[in-house]
Amino acid sequence: MNCAVIQFAGSGGDGDCYHVCKNILGQPVEYIFHKETFAAQDFDLIILPGGASHGDYLRPGALAARSKVIKSVIDAANAGKYILGIGNGFQILLEAGLLPGTMLINKDLKFYSEDIFVRVENNATPFTNLYKNGEVIRLTVACKYGNYYADKKTMEQLKTQNKIVLTYCDINGNAAEASNPLGSMENIAAIANQEGNILGLMPHPERCAEEILGNTDGIRMFQSILQYVEGGKIHDCSRRS
Amino acid sequence: MTAREEAKKLGLTDLEFDEILKILGREPNYLELSLYSVMWSEHCSYKNSKPVLKRFPTQGPQVLQGPGENAGIVDIGDNLAVAMKVESHNHPSAVDPYQGAATGAGGMIRDIFTMGARPIALLNSLRFGCLCDDRTQYLFEEAVAGIGDYGNAMGIPTVGGEVYFDDSYKENPLVNAMCVGIIKHDKIVRGKAAGVGNSVMVVGAATGRDGMHGASFASGELSDDNPDQGSPMQVGDPFKEKQLMEACLELLQNDWVVGVQDMGAAGVVSSTCETAARAGSGIELDVALVPQRDKDMKPHEIMISESQERMLVIVEKGHEDDVKKIFKKWDLDAVKFGTVTDDGMLRILENGKVVGEVPAASLAEGVPIVKRESKRPVYMDKLQIDFSKIPVTDDLNEVLFKLLDSPNIASKAIVYRQFDQTIGTNTVVAPGSDAAVIRIKGTKKGIAVSVDGNGYYCYLDPYEGGKQIVAEAARNLVVSGAKPLALTDGLNFGNPEKPEVYYQFEKCVDGISEVSKKLNIPVISGNVSFYNEGKFSAVYPTPIVGMVGVLDDVNKHCTMNFKKQGDLVVLLGENTDELGGSTYLQEVLNITAGPAPRLDIELEKKVQTCCLKAIELGLVNSAHDVVQGGLAVALAECCIAGNLGFSGEIETDLRPDTLLFGEGQSRIILSLPEENLSVLNKLAKEIGVKTSVLGFVKSGGLNIQVKQKEQVVGKIEVSTERIAEIWNNAIKRRIEK
Repeated sequence: MNCAVIQFAGSGGDGDCYHVCKNILGQPVEYIFHKETFAAQDFDLIILPGGASHGDYLRPGALAARSKVIKSVIDAANAGKYILGIGNGFQILLEAGLLPGTMLINKDLKFYSEDIFVRVENNATPFTNLYKNGEVIRLTVACKYGNYYADKKTMEQLKTQNKIVLTYCDINGNAAEASNPLGSMENIAAIANQEGNILGLMPHPERCAEEILGNTDGIRMFQSILQYVEGGKIHDCSRRS
Repeated sequence: MTAREEAKKLGLTDLEFDEILKILGREPNYLELSLYSVMWSEHCSYKNSKPVLKRFPTQGPQVLQGPGENAGIVDIGDNLAVAMKVESHNHPSAVDPYQGAATGAGGMIRDIFTMGARPIALLNSLRFGCLCDDRTQYLFEEAVAGIGDYGNAMGIPTVGGEVYFDDSYKENPLVNAMCVGIIKHDKIVRGKAAGVGNSVMVVGAATGRDGMHGASFASGELSDDNPDQGSPMQVGDPFKEKQLMEACLELLQNDWVVGVQDMGAAGVVSSTCETAARAGSGIELDVALVPQRDKDMKPHEIMISESQERMLVIVEKGHEDDVKKIFKKWDLDAVKFGTVTDDGMLRILENGKVVGEVPAASLAEGVPIVKRESKRPVYMDKLQIDFSKIPVTDDLNEVLFKLLDSPNIASKAIVYRQFDQTIGTNTVVAPGSDAAVIRIKGTKKGIAVSVDGNGYYCYLDPYEGGKQIVAEAARNLVVSGAKPLALTDGLNFGNPEKPEVYYQFEKCVDGISEVSKKLNIPVISGNVSFYNEGKFSAVYPTPIVGMVGVLDDVNKHCTMNFKKQGDLVVLLGENTDELGGSTYLQEVLNITAGPAPRLDIELEKKVQTCCLKAIELGLVNSAHDVVQGGLAVALAECCIAGNLGFSGEIETDLRPDTLLFGEGQSRIILSLPEENLSVLNKLAKEIGVKTSVLGFVKSGGLNIQVKQKEQVVGKIEVSTERIAEIWNNAIKRRIEK
């Protein structure tokens, strides 16, 4: 699986994603600088990493979504390549219009960094097929703007099309308010696009991929993608509405 | 106005003005006076502290760079080294806590990547007044947000720190930041302007009128006076700094880079004169070439501005375009504005015309050293009391609750939750344990880092307090499984012109020196912040020690939480008859009194050796040192962190409150499987440390029975749930009321 990690101006999590692809998954990986372009056929997985691109100025992700490289990301998405946006990468996907909705500031108006629990709502995606539906996993969040918001119509669509992939919950899988510290609508932690080849999530699976760091729940997300790509399972991207 | 009057207005003394006349052989103009006034301020010159700082042990085979550079560097083996430094930003944080704290972190980070090291961890040490005060709550929340937002945006994890609240810090909070970076031995860059004809460049942000006279501002007590137009406050731009960091780290891969220096306090003038002084060279520069963001800036304004996110870069002649190319990639300016000369002068031009000229070394090193008077404060004797007259409190459960509810002991999660702790995927032990542990990718190694201070002990007894801080910082690394290597200090004191304050300063330095010498943990960098004064008195003397240790196998790190029911809980070291300086006396009984706990360095050394060995041998499941709140609080913390309980009977001839809440030093609580006890005891005996079984780990609650001659004389019986609830919410409930 050929992986690309986009380096936006001010990305902080680029090295973490690169490390996981290369050293944990053992896959070839390249950095793509935001002033460059790339050909869709060169990569199977394109990661938009976390951090604070452009210092989160204006709105998180707003400026990065206007980077030169975004056109290539859109081309790759249209070509059915897998796009994974983590944290700030998720915000960039929203600002680029590749995923619906937006991010508000966290409900207590502060940066929030902690391990939280999420429930797998849909494991029939390239990103989650190694998890079980309803499974509760532990991941790390670290963000100030992780409070997902969408209008009524969009939310209905996300629900009916089963595009809500992960939701915040307590250790037993219950969607209690206390288990949603960012205030995200419907406890949303991750969503996919209609075609299912783009996933945006606020928690950081790349930080939960090694025993020495105390948590390996995140590595299965990367392994899921690898299995999809290498296992020859062709994800059907032809359905467009 | 005469030049002498002008000098006075800028904060220079008569003696200093005379010295300038002697150096120049003529009267200085306003620009030159401005340069001397900032460079000879306490903040830049250390004129009040230099002779005392010489007492620190700074040598050791592990030291690759000691004090005098942007940061200290210590060897961790495998051709790798760690750069580290603590720095304060106290006065700016008292005025604008958000920007003050943010730019404090920013300056600290620049000091690390200036050396060529990639920053991998941030820590901070914060002091505020009582949380009952509204303004303190504002300062606290804003400072935490400022320091957090800056580090978070930079993509550097904040892995540790400490917060302490006391009225003495009410008007003058302390904000100290520490940064740790990793570097290969052969990539270390120093701040030298060497090689005649080489180019002097300014890179990063444009220069404006922010931070005017910031160094002088930091070198006096807080007031509304400001000798110049413009604000002494600086404004941080973490995004620009992130770009600057990446650009600099890319730049420093090239061997045509001669030297780099952060433009921190006193901006252009400090960076140029210090790099020239280190190399024994001179610099000729033209201020008109420096990119400016304010209109009509005068030469002295450009020279002393403290606009953030700028660096001075010296490169071999002919490589200017290579520098520009790298910085353009990161959307930053890089402009040549000067040249290295061999005449030792800092020559300042404006559009080609000389407007000022002084010997560079005289600015950087020529300040007349001030010999301050030192006098033992009278309060020290008044605060020593006889504890036998204080009745023993009956309800020990209630005491424990009150201690766990103290913001100084309670969980600081509400603070560190605002810091990204895990970016970089190296954080093995995150904030909340005794020290943070960070793995070093590509090796088996890890480092442990902690930052510690105890202003209250230092207030009661500056010498013992100074000793205790180093011992505690080292102990925090040891219980995490790391061997301490080196330390960096942040020395925060009141007005050094007051003999009592100077005494505190000297004695704290002596205490720190003594223990760092005996434990072989040299001081490799640091910072002094004087003039931290409230309305009526100085802040507690508050030296902060940041320390780094190494773990050869990071997998063998240890944490404080109890892990397994049935494990034995063993005390390493001895309970002592010391109640002075305890949080119990101060916060529960409202008695501010010493003596502060004594530190027996030899015993401390043995306890640490034994603990480290036990961890390395894999004998123990947890280790935690006994500090504020004493044995009972330490046991409670192990229970809360592990969501388990403890049960034990402790036979003693001490008063039950002294046993449970006294803060005697050199004690570590271990938990281990019963079958490892005999090996541990044998090890302890060989080293010469006492061990005693306190009890065992169980589920549910914390039960301690204190016995004298087999009679129960006091007990604690509380559920883990209850103490966790109190400990977790102590700060939150005060802020959200």
